[in-house]
Amino acid sequence: MSEKSDKNGEGDHMVLKMLTGSQAVAWAARLARAEYIPAYPITPQTEIIEILSEWVRKGEMEAIFVQMESEHSLLTAAGTAAATGARVFTATSSQGLLYGFEMLYSIAGWRAPLVLVNVARALAAPITLEPDHNDVLAARDSGFLQFHAESVQEALDFVLLAYRVAEDNRVLLPAIVNIDGFHLSFTRERVDLPEQSTVDEFLPEYKPVNPIRASEPVAKGIPVLIPPLYSFFKYQMHMASRNALNVFREAAKDFEKMFFRSYATVEEYMLDDADTVIVMSNSFAAVGKQAVNAMREEGRKVGLLRIRLFRPFPTDDIVKSLRGKKCVVVVDQNISIGKGGITCPEIAEALYHLEDRPKVILPVIAGLGGKSISLEEFRHAVRVAERLASLKAGPDGPLLLFREDEAMLVDSLLKIASGG
Amino acid sequence: MSITKYRTLKDVPKEEFLVAGTPLCAGCGALLVIRLFHKALGGNVVWVNAAGCVTLMATFPYTPLRSSWFYTAMPSAPAGAQGIRDALDILIKKGKLDPAENLKVVVITGDGAASDIGLQSASGAIHRGLDFFYLCVDNEAYGNTGFQASSLSPIGSGTATTKPTHLYPAGNVLPKKDLFEIWRSHRPPYVATISPSHVVDMLRKVEKALSFKGPKLFLALCPCPTGWGIEPSESVQLARLAVETGIWPLKEAVYGEVTHTHIPSKRRPVEDYLKVQRRFAHLFKPIKNEAVIAEIQKQVDEYWSKVER
Ligand SMILES: Cc1ncc(C[n+]2csc(CCOP(=O)(O)OP(=O)(O)O)c2C)c(N)n1
Ligand code: SF4
Ligand SMILES: [Mg+2]
Repeated sequence: MSEKSDKNGEGDHMVLKMLTGSQAVAWAARLARAEYIPAYPITPQTEIIEILSEWVRKGEMEAIFVQMESEHSLLTAAGTAAATGARVFTATSSQGLLYGFEMLYSIAGWRAPLVLVNVARALAAPITLEPDHNDVLAARDSGFLQFHAESVQEALDFVLLAYRVAEDNRVLLPAIVNIDGFHLSFTRERVDLPEQSTVDEFLPEYKPVNPIRASEPVAKGIPVLIPPLYSFFKYQMHMASRNALNVFREAAKDFEKMFFRSYATVEEYMLDDADTVIVMSNSFAAVGKQAVNAMREEGRKVGLLRIRLFRPFPTDDIVKSLRGKKCVVVVDQNISIGKGGITCPEIAEALYHLEDRPKVILPVIAGLGGKSISLEEFRHAVRVAERLASLKAGPDGPLLLFREDEAMLVDSLLKIASGG
Repeated sequence: MSITKYRTLKDVPKEEFLVAGTPLCAGCGALLVIRLFHKALGGNVVWVNAAGCVTLMATFPYTPLRSSWFYTAMPSAPAGAQGIRDALDILIKKGKLDPAENLKVVVITGDGAASDIGLQSASGAIHRGLDFFYLCVDNEAYGNTGFQASSLSPIGSGTATTKPTHLYPAGNVLPKKDLFEIWRSHRPPYVATISPSHVVDMLRKVEKALSFKGPKLFLALCPCPTGWGIEPSESVQLARLAVETGIWPLKEAVYGEVTHTHIPSKRRPVEDYLKVQRRFAHLFKPIKNEAVIAEIQKQVDEYWSKVER
C-alpha cells in the first residue's frame, strides 16, 4: 500500500505510506541503520519491537536484536553497546522507563548517544494504559535529549534527527523521542517514508569517542570521588545539552533540504496576533489546535505554541514566541503531586525577566491518564486566564480540568465500587 | 584431565595486568583473585563491574589495570557485558571493526550483586548463552557498604545487619544460597569454584574455560580481612582452611556435569576455620554455641557424603 510521491517533483526521495506511530519509529530505526536493539515488552510499545525483531530475523536489517530480562538490563546493554560503538535503538514505556531509571542517568553520564522511543503511558498507581507525560518527564533531568512528537510523521523524523544531534561530537548525549501511546502509537497517518540513500546522506556513520578497544584500554563509568570533578562533569553534560540547541537547528536545516519538512524547536500556531497562547506538547496538541480554530471563529485571538524539543529547553524560542502576549495558558498533561504541572514553571522562569512578559501565566492540568480535553475545557481555561488578566490577578494554583459529565461518570463508578 | 600449562606455582605467568596502587584494603582476597585470574585470562580484556569493593580499584583519574574497565551499575553488570559483546560482534561482522580489536568480556561483581540485586541480570545473560566470563568475588557480605548480610553470607556469621544478640545468638540465621547450583541449573558450558589458596587449580580452570564459547562462571571465595576480622596476612591461610575443612569445595561443572577438582583427603573440623575469625567469635565466646557449630559441621559432612559416595 504505497505510492510514489510526485510532490515537488522529488518523487525519488520519498514514498507515501499509511503508518502507525509504532511502525513509523520502527522504520526510522531501520532507515537509521540501527545495529543493536535490546528490548523488553510493555504495552503500548510492543508493536515497535515486534516489527524490528521480525526485520532482523528476516535479514532485512543487519542488526542484533536481543530480548533482555528487564528494562534496567535493556538500558544497561543499550548504553554499553553505544559506548562500544554500535548505533543503538530501543523503545519502552511508562513502568518500563521507571524500572530502568537508574540507567538513564548512567547512560547520559557515559555520554553514550542512542535513541530511545518512549511510548507515553501514565504511571501506576492506579495502573492504566492511556497516555500522559509523567513517564517521559520523570527523565527530564537525566541528561537525555527529549523530542516530543505530535504526528506520526514527526515521530519518524524525530528519530532521524535525534541520532544526528545525539551523535554530534558537540553533544554526545542520548535522546528520547516521545510518542503518545494509542493516540500516536496505534493511529495510522499518511507518512512520507524517506529513501534510504537520502537518510544515509543525512545521517553519517556513528563514530564513537574513546570506544572500548583491545589496542587502547579505557576505564569507563568510574567513580569520581573528588566533588569538583563531579560538578565539572555535570556542567560538561549541561553545556553539551545546550549545544544541542544549535546542533538541532543545523540538522533541521539539512533535514529540510533533503526531506522538505522543516522543524523548529517549537511550533507556532496562529500566534502572530494572538493575545492568549495555549502551550502544549505531543499528540493532544492536535486537539488544542482544533480548539484554537473554534475559538478563532468565535472571535477570540487565541494561538498555540507547541514544544517539540523539551530538553534542551528552547528558552530563546519560547521567549520569542510568548513575549508581549497577554495570557499564557500552559496545559501540562502531567502532574507533580503537591505542586502542579512540570512545564509551567519552566515557561514562567523563561519569561520572568522580560519587561513585556505576559500578564498571566495560567497553569492547567489536563489529559491525565489519557482523559480527553474538550473544546469547552480549552475555552474555560482561556476564559479564566483572560479574566485574571482583566482583574490584574494571578492564579492561586493549577486549574484541574474535569467536566461535569466526567464527574457524573466517576460518581457512578464510585458507587458501584462501594457496593451501593 | 586435559593438557595444561599450569603444574606448579612456578608456572604462574609473570605478566601483570593489575599493578600496585589501589585503595582496597591490605590483604583483600578479591584483589588477589583478580590479579591471578587475569594472568590466566591474558590480555585483551574488558572488565564489566557492578558496585562493590572492587569498584574502587579504578577511581578517576587512575586505574590499576592494563586492560579496560567499565563500571555499569549494581544490578546489571551482566547486561552491560551483553551490550559490549553484542556491539563488538556486530561491528566486526559489518567490517567496521578489526577483529584484532576484539575483547574478552568479563563481569566482575561481589556476592551481593551476584546473588541478590543482579541475579536476574546474570540469569538472563547465562540463559541467552552470552559469550562472557563472570567472576564473582565472594566475601560473603555487602563489603563496600560496611559488611551487611547478603544471601551468600553463611549461617552463623555476624555482619552489620546480623549482629549476634541475645535473641539471635547465632548472628545470621539464613543459609548461604547455592549460587554454583543456581548458575549450573542454566546448563552453561562452564561453572567453577576457585580459591586464592589453590592457585594452580584456579589457573587451570580459567585455561579450560577459555576453550568454551558461552557463559563461563567463577565463584571465588575471597577472604576479607576487614569484614571477617582477620589479619591481612591471613587471607590466603583462611581461604586454604575453607578448602581443607570442606566448607569451600573446589569443583567445576562442564555443561552441568560436576567434578570436584580437589577432594580433601582428611577434612579438618569446621571449628578450625570458624574460631579464627571475628565474624564467628560469638559462636565461641562468652559460651560456645555447640548447636550452631554442629549444624555447620553437619551441613559440610552431608555435602561431602554425597560427593564421596
Ligand atoms: C541499586 C543500588 N543499590 C545499592 C547500592 C549500594 N551498594 C554499593 S556497593 C554495595 C555492596 C556490594 O556488595 P557485594 O556485591 O557483595 O560486593 P563487595 O562490596 O562485598 O565486594 C551496595 C549495597 C548501589 N550502588 N546500587
Ligand atoms: S572490605 Fe574486604 S572485600 Fe572490601 S576491599 Fe576491604 S578486604 Fe577487600
Ligand atoms: Mg561481598
